[in-house]
Amino acid sequence: MSEYLIIGNGTAAAGCIEGIRSRDSESSITVVSAEEHHVYSRPLISYYLEGKTDLDRMLYRPRDFYEKNGVRLIFGKAVKCDAKKRTVTLADKQKLSFDKLCLCTGSSPFVPPFEGLETVEKRFAFMTLDDSLALEKALTPESRVLIVGAGLIGLKCAEGIAERAGSITVCDLADRVLSSILDSECAAVMQAHLEKHGISFMLGDTAVRFDGSRAYMKSGAEVDFDILVLAVGVRAETALASQAGCEVNRGIIIDNKMQTTVPGIFAAGDCSEGFDSSTGSRRVLAILPNAYMQGRAAGINMAGGSSALDDLMPMNSIGFFGLHCATAGAYPQDAEVFEDRSAGIRRLYVRDGRLCGFIVIGDVSRAGIYTSLVREKTPLDEADMDKLKKFPSLAVFLPETRRKKLGGVV
Amino acid sequence: MKRVYVNEEWCLGCRLCEYNCAFANSGLDDMVKALKGKPIFPRVHIEEDCGITYAVSCRHCTDPLCVKSCIAGAISIEEGVVKIDKNKCVGCLTCVLVCPYGAVAPGPSGAAQKCELCLQNSCGAPACVTGCPNNAIVYEER
Repeated sequence: MSEYLIIGNGTAAAGCIEGIRSRDSESSITVVSAEEHHVYSRPLISYYLEGKTDLDRMLYRPRDFYEKNGVRLIFGKAVKCDAKKRTVTLADKQKLSFDKLCLCTGSSPFVPPFEGLETVEKRFAFMTLDDSLALEKALTPESRVLIVGAGLIGLKCAEGIAERAGSITVCDLADRVLSSILDSECAAVMQAHLEKHGISFMLGDTAVRFDGSRAYMKSGAEVDFDILVLAVGVRAETALASQAGCEVNRGIIIDNKMQTTVPGIFAAGDCSEGFDSSTGSRRVLAILPNAYMQGRAAGINMAGGSSALDDLMPMNSIGFFGLHCATAGAYPQDAEVFEDRSAGIRRLYVRDGRLCGFIVIGDVSRAGIYTSLVREKTPLDEADMDKLKKFPSLAVFLPETRRKKLGGVV
Repeated sequence: MKRVYVNEEWCLGCRLCEYNCAFANSGLDDMVKALKGKPIFPRVHIEEDCGITYAVSCRHCTDPLCVKSCIAGAISIEEGVVKIDKNKCVGCLTCVLVCPYGAVAPGPSGAAQKCELCLQNSCGAPACVTGCPNNAIVYEER
């Protein structure tokens, strides 16, 4: 019998619970959650505001999830971790012991030191369900909303509240929207589409000072607003890991088995820094599928099994007002680019005879075939690329490979 | 468990599987009413490569990427069958981005859909298989 302790109650934690229970149905599992909620689907907080889901449907796992998995759920904040004594202390002084610990602490909003930020009465982050509920309460049909940050979080927030606000302005120091996943040309297409739906942009510009309900911009412009949403960026929550003696860079350093540098302590999800297989370098891969897979692998390994993940990479499926965009992998400078623009944009990046990344805007059908070619580093020739740039299909595989895929258990 | 498998050498490319699938999942009992003059959303599709055709539908993988990647927790496995809870799906299409077979697609409402082996509709067994004139798609244990 082991004592498993999980700090955090998001997707990685759910994966960890399921990973542990796939091998060990007996031992105790304790989960410490800083948010007083049942595990919910974090990316759905914008869909909640949009009315595409509700508090019940956005639960990531059913109501009886903890009970069915024999999990003790504690609401509280872990403040101290002693790796030698194998204990974690909560803010209310409660001490929890563990044999194996998994840190699923996620990330928190990064707020630059804006001058006068404290004078803004209605300001919000957009990371948690509580942020979303608080924003909902403050919104009126007349609200002028200023969103600082044109990344995934800022823009999903804009879409979520588009029908519920008077006006929405998004500013970002970057010269384009979604700068982490799109090049400038693709970003311009998405921006134009967002503008068509009433979102205004101030790019290459950001707020430097606030005074009540006025933002003073770097460019000298002034923006009056009623509600401010800060979506500048996020930072991995690594404090507890540092204290436990784990090596920390931008995230908690983990190997391909989610093991930190301290034996018996694992980490998974947005707080961790593992490998990006598309570039071969270390990276915080703060996306939900990654959080689940890392959490599950951590759980399996904590319970004495063996699960190594060597093929994680950035990938995003994101849509705004009906226009979808699918991306994965890397877009290196020296890659050869195959492009088709007969419907939307379809751009494939090829290096060393392998697809290393792609951007599709518009018709994202079967984009998973591209993703699998990137993930599996499948060798491709010129003829394959000509087929693929028009449309992804299993025709790119040799008939015998395809027969295995469609004629056997996979 | 029984799954849908493809004998590509027998596929005629007639696309009857696509129509039978769309009809089976339409909830209607008249094929003409269900399909005529309407955009159809079959959960199986025919691909073609140099004159060879074959049907592609959900493989019901043993360790499915779509289940692990769904941002809404809307995809689950029940007795080996991979299922999408339409009610929970928000149509983000992450499942489309990760399915290595291209077997998940948005349905008429925007929610993702895929083959669920016709176990929940009135057919009770895959309509694509029942209607295939040349046994190019089969439903069996392998």
